[in-house]
Amino acid sequence: MTSHRLSRRRLLASAACIVASSVSAHARIVSGAMPWSPSLANPPAPWRPGPWLFFSADEAATIEAAVDRLIPPDARSAGGKDAGCAVFIDRQLAGPYGEAAGLYMKPPFVAGAVTQGNQSANAPAALYRTGLRALAAFIKANFAGKSFAVLSPQDQDSVLSGLETGSIALEAINSADFFNLLLQNTQEGYFADPIYGGNRDMAGWKLVGFPGTRYDYRDWVERHNEPYPLPPVAITGRPDWTVRE
Amino acid sequence: MARKLPAKNVAIIGLGWTGAILAHELASAGLDVVAIERGPWRDTATDFPPSYAPDELRYAVRLDLFLRPEQDTLTFRNNLSQTALPIRHFASFLPGNGVGGAGVHWNGQTWRFLPSDFRLRSHLEERYGKAMLPEDMTIQDWPLSYDELEPYYDRFEKICGTSGKAGNLRGVKQEGGNPFEGWRSSEYPTPPLKQTLGPALFAEAARKVGHSPFPQPASNLSQAYVNPLGLRIGQCTYCGFCERFGCGNYSKSSPQVCILPALMRLPNFSAQTECEVTRINLDSSGKRATGVTYVDTSGEEWEQPADIVLVCAFALFNVRMLLLSGIGKPYDAQSGQGVVGRNYAYQTTSSVGVILKDKILNPFIATGAHGMMIDDYNGDNFDHSGLGFVGGGYMGAGQTNARPIQTRPVPRGTPKWGAQWKKATAETYQRGFSLSTHGSSYSYRDCYLDLDPTYKDRFGRPLMRMTFDFHDNELKMSAYLTDRLAEIAKAMDPVEMTPSPRKGPYNINIYQTTHNTGGTVMGADPASSVVNRYCQSWDVPNVFVPGGASVFPQNHGYNPTDTVGALAYWTADAIRQRYLKNPGPLI
Repeated sequence: MTSHRLSRRRLLASAACIVASSVSAHARIVSGAMPWSPSLANPPAPWRPGPWLFFSADEAATIEAAVDRLIPPDARSAGGKDAGCAVFIDRQLAGPYGEAAGLYMKPPFVAGAVTQGNQSANAPAALYRTGLRALAAFIKANFAGKSFAVLSPQDQDSVLSGLETGSIALEAINSADFFNLLLQNTQEGYFADPIYGGNRDMAGWKLVGFPGTRYDYRDWVERHNEPYPLPPVAITGRPDWTVRE
Repeated sequence: MARKLPAKNVAIIGLGWTGAILAHELASAGLDVVAIERGPWRDTATDFPPSYAPDELRYAVRLDLFLRPEQDTLTFRNNLSQTALPIRHFASFLPGNGVGGAGVHWNGQTWRFLPSDFRLRSHLEERYGKAMLPEDMTIQDWPLSYDELEPYYDRFEKICGTSGKAGNLRGVKQEGGNPFEGWRSSEYPTPPLKQTLGPALFAEAARKVGHSPFPQPASNLSQAYVNPLGLRIGQCTYCGFCERFGCGNYSKSSPQVCILPALMRLPNFSAQTECEVTRINLDSSGKRATGVTYVDTSGEEWEQPADIVLVCAFALFNVRMLLLSGIGKPYDAQSGQGVVGRNYAYQTTSSVGVILKDKILNPFIATGAHGMMIDDYNGDNFDHSGLGFVGGGYMGAGQTNARPIQTRPVPRGTPKWGAQWKKATAETYQRGFSLSTHGSSYSYRDCYLDLDPTYKDRFGRPLMRMTFDFHDNELKMSAYLTDRLAEIAKAMDPVEMTPSPRKGPYNINIYQTTHNTGGTVMGADPASSVVNRYCQSWDVPNVFVPGGASVFPQNHGYNPTDTVGALAYWTADAIRQRYLKNPGPLI
């Protein structure tokens, strides 16, 4: 969403410049009224179904298995896999987030105190690539040549716990950092608006009872202790609003 | 070589609250005004319409409306012995970007400082003696009084249409308002917002414990309102997407809603966006600004001559602008000499998490600023004798949101993932919420801003370096306030309660507030301030820093925006009524 926005703004700025006088900067000059013109808005780009954009097939199998242990399916709601968390992460990593767009990525990269924040030179996409390669190597070496996706749920959980606590060390990446990033992105996928590919059928919102983008609760502010009666709605509406052929 | 543009009377750096206020006041007085803003133009219909404004991932997690660190950031260290490292991703505080600035993404909490806050050092020394204050604490009196600023608070609140209940009208206490607040010349422009269950339960408990809770003053409006500029502000819908978001309902006060439509109609005003001012230019005497230099989107440099330069960026970047322009003597923490960058302060917040039994809080029915608060433990509203600290803050229950990526309370000891996590998340969402304290952050000799020796921005200019940590005084204050809040929380009969007083060291990676203050502080003495009581530079009198929180000598136990807006109007009056008649030092 970041680069899309900037490029469109830049385009507008330079288009404005062409008609401006020679003593004028490459800038948007606004005067006389609040500017408005049609189709200038910058809505989110919906995810598109289709093949993986970032993950290889093996990587995707690992991520799908992992998100289904981080958020397991149960009677309350779908698990991470069926809710689309792996698709969400794939699309995020293939986009501006994956390349750390907009962040300060100038050297020198120096490890500092914990209070000084993340100082990694690697963007999220690179962290996933390195982490998944290292995880595959670890599983292969310790589980008789297998891959993460075919391990039993119990073994998968113990590997994830090992990454979380750091008791499993990975090659070339801090295992806890990798785990935390994966957990954060999985939960983002489970609870973000479905427009980004996760939270399918608003599974995450139904789990907790979040009504989504209703945007107007004036009639319910003082109805204390009464359950909010309407089902969730997302940026693109609700599935049952769509006419099916 | 920069190309020179036709001269203007006034060049404004940054078009947020203070830039919009000054632009409107000075253009209305007939001056030719340009505002130069490094971020994009932003308005409700284009940037945050209701159809996609409520997008937690985009705005609250990926921080779409905020300054991108690749454009500008800071380096940070806790103390002078550390090497500062860049803030690669904003977290502890979130500087805004673009037209409207922080006025776009704020929560709307609209508090005045206490009368005693304005003479903090004198007040505390008179009441407790000089020995009460730590030797390295550098708090100082403001160079103006609450009484002088009151009309300007009133004016800013009327521009915003702030919703609340007065506790003190011209010295007469009012039932239902804040009994500790300074006198008000008029009631709030609109009545308080309604309360959701969480704040209502807090208020009941606070009364039980003997306090006087009152509705938090909010610039998310309880009803439609037309402000003195003729601009209409809508009624808040409790959508729960305020902080980090623009408001799609025109109901959260912002420059876009409250000022810009009137400002843009003035033919002698123009805004120039996506242009970053790189320095304020000085003449050969160094005592007069000749205008500003900025860089446009193509990388070309332009010089904008102007008679008056107003530094209206976010607090932190006001400080950097003066440092990069060589205006005022930079502060040196080793010697304690110099002023620019001195007395950087923050906010000392804490919380008490509560999980209630059998309640349906509907926590997503939320606004940035409704809620019930008590002010008994703010400033010097309580006797500090024997407590071992000074300062305080308001506390209580708001309900800013329950957006589920970032707000999912669970009982202590819950695993971070897996079946138990999922069960706890589902069962607690409706019953858990957080009470909070909003404590002061006094200034210290070793908390300051200067230029980083290593890291540079995209133009090769040094980043600003922040050196900051919480001091014992603030940590003791936070522990005391959090204990008091826990007493009230206990009276809510929670099944679980988790007090979290603020602990050191300060962590740049954990969101606390975007209330960064100081660095160009205002004062009566040029040896300990950058600007005088009219927010005018002591060194270059045609440069003003009109009311950004960078002029606060220290930070008090309230949100800064009301004081920022009041000081902007105060400065505008000083320029219109005094400076224009006789340009030069006002003191």
